[in-house]
Amino acid sequence: MSDSYAPSRATTEGRVYNLSGGDWDQVIGADPIHEERIVLNMGPQHPSTHGVLRLVLELEGETVTDARVVIGYLHTGIEKNTEYRTWTQAVQFLTRADYLSPFFNEAVFCLGVEKLLDVEVPPRGQLIRIMLMEINRISSHWVWLATSGMELGALTAMTNGFRARERCLDVLEAITGLRMNHGFIRPGGVTMDLPDGYEPTMRTWVAEQRREVRDIEKLLTGQLIWVNRLKNVGWIGVEGCLSLGITGPLLRAAGLAWDLRKNEPYLGYESFDFEVPTDDRGDCWSRYVVRVAEMWESIKIVEQVLDRLEPGPTVVGDPTIAWPAKLALGPDGLGNSLEHIEHIMTGSMEALIHHFKLTTEGFRVPSGQVYQAVESPRGELGAHLVSDGGTRPYRVHLREPSFVNLQATAALSIGGMLADVVASVGSIDPVLGGCDR
Amino acid sequence: MSDRNSAKATEQTAADLKRSTIAHGNEGNDAVRGPLHASAGQDSAIGFPRRGMFGVSGPGDTSGYGELAREPWIPPSAEPPYGGYFDELLTALAAAYPGFGLAVTRVVVDRNELTLHVAREHLLGVATALRNDPDLRFELCSSVSGVDYYNPRDEGSNRLHSVCHLASMTYRRRIRLEVAVSVADPHIPSLTALYPTADWQEREAYDMFGIIYDGHPALTRILMPDDWDGYPQRKDSPLGGISVQYKGANIPPPDERRVYQ
Repeated sequence: MSDSYAPSRATTEGRVYNLSGGDWDQVIGADPIHEERIVLNMGPQHPSTHGVLRLVLELEGETVTDARVVIGYLHTGIEKNTEYRTWTQAVQFLTRADYLSPFFNEAVFCLGVEKLLDVEVPPRGQLIRIMLMEINRISSHWVWLATSGMELGALTAMTNGFRARERCLDVLEAITGLRMNHGFIRPGGVTMDLPDGYEPTMRTWVAEQRREVRDIEKLLTGQLIWVNRLKNVGWIGVEGCLSLGITGPLLRAAGLAWDLRKNEPYLGYESFDFEVPTDDRGDCWSRYVVRVAEMWESIKIVEQVLDRLEPGPTVVGDPTIAWPAKLALGPDGLGNSLEHIEHIMTGSMEALIHHFKLTTEGFRVPSGQVYQAVESPRGELGAHLVSDGGTRPYRVHLREPSFVNLQATAALSIGGMLADVVASVGSIDPVLGGCDR
Repeated sequence: MSDRNSAKATEQTAADLKRSTIAHGNEGNDAVRGPLHASAGQDSAIGFPRRGMFGVSGPGDTSGYGELAREPWIPPSAEPPYGGYFDELLTALAAAYPGFGLAVTRVVVDRNELTLHVAREHLLGVATALRNDPDLRFELCSSVSGVDYYNPRDEGSNRLHSVCHLASMTYRRRIRLEVAVSVADPHIPSLTALYPTADWQEREAYDMFGIIYDGHPALTRILMPDDWDGYPQRKDSPLGGISVQYKGANIPPPDERRVYQ
């Protein structure tokens, strides 16, 4: 090669080209871009795949031409495990499935069991469940905002998001004794009543959350980099959503106002005043808009619950179902109430027998099968329960929105840029604990 | 099950096996249209007849629970009128799918939920009618899951169930389609062509129960490792727990503990 821009010389290592000009084609050969097919493995240990999600991407340059999703790295056999525990113990497994929305896993299972038992939880129990779920929806959306923001370089969204989420976990801890994996909603009601003095704490929390959501909107909604990273990225329309079974914020961001709280109300959601936010762009930006709007609506619902809460029972009256152990919230979390221990150990033999029978044997659930669905932060969370009339579930299946929605990864990513895969997968908001169960 | 029935079932299983081999030999969608045999008409019961408690039986039962008896439960077939929107729905389905009488072997209404037990060779026809007919419009396939109705004393011809929950967003209705097959011939047509969302959910049911969905584009394991042997959520598959030792005591894993039955 006698090019003046790229002279070459032979060395002991082989021939070396010194490239300085613009005539690369003479050196490398024709049209390198279209032969540059790369298969890129992303995950399962990767900071922007939301957990142990593995993507196998086929790239041509920076453009994604094929995307495959590999899941199962967090499969823990929760469904199988519940078949060896009582109906009440099963809650403790299911709450760990989608670990960012534990109350929804608990609630959908308990609503299903109550349908099998044909019992209804008293109004106060229902209201507490609604309040916990809506706080949980907000905290789950905060984690989505924080992690998605971090992946796209908006680090303040991450710090602010996790700070606001921590406030949500604080109130959940004040009520249930635990930050996550509460096991608080049980078949027949909730574990215990709200603690004394919950109302001022909750009102402060509501004011705090209003400020946090307003601040994050101020920070991000007009932020040029944020807008450019999300707008026109990862599009999917209503038809695509329905054929792929995608529900939740993705479907609403595509324009269909489908929310099970409105369309198939449970726990008395029909009596609450809230909107179902939608948008019509169907891209990552719409999903951001919809999720932030949902946080406002959830705050509204929590306030309405606080206004409506009246003293009353929180579990069903039937003593053969209601958990006999009266639990109490101490400084170190949820524990047995000393009053109850004294009663069963020194007061009443029958109470001890009753306590022992229910905590070891559990209660029997009449045979049959049900499907119960609730609107989780990620879409339709369904529980398909089968009972053989025994004290343990015969089959528990969770229809997990993370699992179903992740099927959209290819549709959202193919044809886009590699960097947009991160935005698209982030906008699905998958939680692999729920996806793999 | 009486002797006559089990003889019939064995015969059927053999025939099914032969047929499914033929059907399976064809590639792609032909397998769906292959000569799939009707699943058996018997009803699968939840559970099986049991006596006593804690798995103790016979003359040595000193548990005090020896007289307790548990009978299997078969959900009762519903008779019209079914109540609610169910009558309207089934009338529309019968009009939209001419083979309705043959396709739907049983209608169950339980806890205000409608279940259709569908013969497997009619599953695609019924699902197509449910999705496409303007009076039905089941746009969303919510869930596909497997259930194993296992009876250790009788390897029935309808042990594995594939349960599909459809939702109509237009009419706010839900319906459950249930197809039963045997372990020897676990073939069910795949719904992926109608509802692409069934893709992963059918892979999960295959992974966990070994139900083979004919016509599925890539039926491989999804949650378990690729080289896993067996189908872990079948009832005869152990939980795989290990015993826990604590201060000299040995606590057996949950699936080997004494339990209330």
